[in-house]
Amino acid sequence: MQLTGLEKRIIHELQKDLPVEKSPFATIAAKLGIREEELITHIKRFVDAGIIRRFGATIYHHRSGFEANVMVAWKVPENKLDEIGGKMANFSEVTHCYARITYPNWPYNLYTMIHGRNKEECLEVVRRISEATGIKIYRLLFTENTFKRTSPEYF
Amino acid sequence: MDHVDKKIVNEIQANFPLVSRPYAKVAEKLGLSEEEVIERVKRLKEKGYIRRIGANFNSDKLGFASTLCGAKVPPEKIEHFVKVVNQYKGVTHNYQRRDPYNIWFTFIAPTMEDIEQALEEIKKETGVEEIYNFPAVKIFKVNVKFKL
Repeated sequence: MQLTGLEKRIIHELQKDLPVEKSPFATIAAKLGIREEELITHIKRFVDAGIIRRFGATIYHHRSGFEANVMVAWKVPENKLDEIGGKMANFSEVTHCYARITYPNWPYNLYTMIHGRNKEECLEVVRRISEATGIKIYRLLFTENTFKRTSPEYF
Repeated sequence: MDHVDKKIVNEIQANFPLVSRPYAKVAEKLGLSEEEVIERVKRLKEKGYIRRIGANFNSDKLGFASTLCGAKVPPEKIEHFVKVVNQYKGVTHNYQRRDPYNIWFTFIAPTMEDIEQALEEIKKETGVEEIYNFPAVKIFKVNVKFKL
């Protein structure tokens, strides 16, 4: 993906926090020295191209009722990875589902992030996923402390 | 958060309108006034329910490398290790997890070599030997929207 200078400057603005006001895009467009409609057209194009995955509010989930979360690392037979990854992704409580590389002493190849109102709710989801997929070997990695949570700065 | 706040948050997480007056559009949909929506969103940000409003980029499509790293850090070294790791701008999330592999962080950089190099620097600086780099081979889901 070859980005123009203007596109990089637009991304630089959009990776920040949108001002909460009547016409936030007009404010950003003025900063960039372009017209508001031009900025909105660029944003829509980024969304259509999948460069922007989602445009909108990011919440602090632990303050919004989803107080517990657990990352689960699953050991899935390599030939079933696609099938099981798809199945796990279908659970609404799963927000992230990634296949990742393994190491000799770390055989887990599929990772899910599971959110719930409390620890028990998370464990119940893990139990349901394990039952639905037949995957019995996994590692529960409950969050104990948050040391950093920011948005990436690309340009 | 009352039920109106929840409706607004659900709406602007998923369908933030890409129009000149986004809050007027949200207001229209929910039967509120533009001013009320703006006031409520401001309050939700002040109170720490909303962290940010903006674009979430697909780092792959922007040509960046990204990964998840997991490290086994002795308890007495955690504080220093986290300080060193968090100095990198490309480290966007860093958590302590209940496991012998107890520190997990995400790393975004222009190339995977940049990340590998940073991990070597971190090992040297902290004396922590076991840091694994787990790049993704496939993404099945990324959906950071919460129905409230």
